[in-house]
Amino acid sequence: MMRSKYIRPVRLKEQGEGGQGGASRLTTSAMIASLAAPGQRTKPAPFGQALVALAETRPDLVGLTADLGKYTDLHIFAKAHPDRFYQMGMSEQLLMCTAAGMAREGFLPFATTYAVFAARRAYDFICLAIAEENLNVKVVCALPGLTTGYGPSHQATEDIAIFRGMPNLTIIDPCDALDIEQAVPAIAAHHGPVYMRLLRGNVPIVLDEYDYKFELGKAKLLRDGTDALIISSGFMTMRALEAVEGLKAQRVDVGVLHVPTIKPLDEATIIREASKTGRMVIVAENHTVIGGLGEAVAGVLLRAGVTPAFRQIGLPDEFLDAGALPTLHDRYGISTAAMTKSIKRWLSA
Amino acid sequence: METPTSRANAPSLAERAYRIRRNALRMGEVQGQGYIAQALGVADVLAVAYFHAMRYHPDDPEWEGRDRFLLSIGHYAIAAYSAMIEAGIIPEDELETYGSDDSRLPMSGMASYTPGMEISGGSLGQGLAIGVGYALGLKRKKSDAFVYCLFSDGECGEGAVWEGASGAGHWKLDNLIGIVDVNNQQADGPSSEVTGGLEHLADRFTAFGWYAQRVNGNDIGALVSAFDAARSLREPMPRVIICDTKMAKGVPFLEQRESNHFLRVEADEWQQALTVLDSGRTA
Repeated sequence: MMRSKYIRPVRLKEQGEGGQGGASRLTTSAMIASLAAPGQRTKPAPFGQALVALAETRPDLVGLTADLGKYTDLHIFAKAHPDRFYQMGMSEQLLMCTAAGMAREGFLPFATTYAVFAARRAYDFICLAIAEENLNVKVVCALPGLTTGYGPSHQATEDIAIFRGMPNLTIIDPCDALDIEQAVPAIAAHHGPVYMRLLRGNVPIVLDEYDYKFELGKAKLLRDGTDALIISSGFMTMRALEAVEGLKAQRVDVGVLHVPTIKPLDEATIIREASKTGRMVIVAENHTVIGGLGEAVAGVLLRAGVTPAFRQIGLPDEFLDAGALPTLHDRYGISTAAMTKSIKRWLSA
Repeated sequence: METPTSRANAPSLAERAYRIRRNALRMGEVQGQGYIAQALGVADVLAVAYFHAMRYHPDDPEWEGRDRFLLSIGHYAIAAYSAMIEAGIIPEDELETYGSDDSRLPMSGMASYTPGMEISGGSLGQGLAIGVGYALGLKRKKSDAFVYCLFSDGECGEGAVWEGASGAGHWKLDNLIGIVDVNNQQADGPSSEVTGGLEHLADRFTAFGWYAQRVNGNDIGALVSAFDAARSLREPMPRVIICDTKMAKGVPFLEQRESNHFLRVEADEWQQALTVLDSGRTA
């Protein structure tokens, strides 16, 4: 929908806003550093720390960035291994090509930038210089989906849709700090190009309470439920677990299947879980409803002849607003509260 | 320096260039049309690269000590194959499979198809930036191998060429040698009209921190001097050799054709072209 900035509703400070309530207006910048809710357990820079740990056993590992080392937690690696760090400047095409060339010479490059720049600006370079030759480059990108309030220039709401069509490419959407620190050695051990969505800064940690271990290409059932099954990736799994907890108190029993590997998709597990007892399947993702996990799951199920009631929680097919993340997550239906509301409505209909 | 020309009784570079042109015409005949004019134009450059400058083992194209040759201009594959056939990297009898189903010699060069082909070019503008990665990788390995990257005047319209040029200058990549084929012809017409700025190419690279030379790319003596200077320069900077070449060089009746980016040649003209080429042989 085209909207001029001149007809955007002006929300004054006294009005408060969004599902978060409260009289004080949330700001965009307050939410850049972390997705964590106040008081939530977090780990600082899990990607950077995991890379430093991995570098001990992988002398072939090098880190590259395009002027976003600090904002992708790669600065931790750069500080620990300055001789293995390559600052390529604000040149994403060069970043990807350099990573390709270094992979050709036998190195294991981790290249970082924002998801928008990798997906939109450097697509051809990842596709032809890296993926077509199945080179061992790991593209790790911050600000996936709606994780910044800067507006469409920084919101990679369609990165998975863009990358899913690229042959050879593995796509990872980790949920939390635990997922990230376990995914890093796993994607390094896999030979071939990988795109990983990154949460940076103080990253929430939740999966340690679910006897969880990241395995490349595997979906993991975090909890079972009889009324509905949420199939989710990225931080939406964290939101799903929160929503399910709230619904349980209202005697609604919902399971959560976490799918950190978007491609290749763990079709067998998805089909098995979606086939159980006619429960509704709800796919929740931090991504536009077009071309992401939701449509991937729908395709798998239809092809397998499994047709449960099916709903999607995801971002609308729009250029999204600027603002504070909690506000935007409420506005676009991916906050815990908004998600809970949708699920209750669907289950009682 | 171990190079093919250091062998006794090696053919002259002019003879090498002639044979590269002949291979290209024979491959062109398989398709009946194609990027013949580019191959004929760049043959002298490739003769000097493969038979004077570069270090490699024809029977082991992945030999670690080799100089890397990156073909950014994927459709120049016909020229690269012609040189690699002459070098003994690709068997001559594969020439007749050029561009055919299941051939190792596709129309646009790809690393996974052809021995000796380092990268998949063709998405124009990528090669030089990939060369930056090769050059940095070789430096990490403390290798003294050079990275040669052949790209075109038309490609200089791609922003990624200048990201690569800027990065190479910033990293002072003295093991990277760019070769620009300036034949002033691209898909939609003369590069001087379609892209522009060709007269300033040397200045542009110099401004990005490169050692730039501009030579007649059909003058083997000038090319030898330029490659020698590029390799022996002590300054820690990347090097570029800008080569002004003539499309279809060596076959005058094809040189005359307008818009010869993708030449259509009549069936009876191939033999005529070979005959003309043979008559100009300077072995």
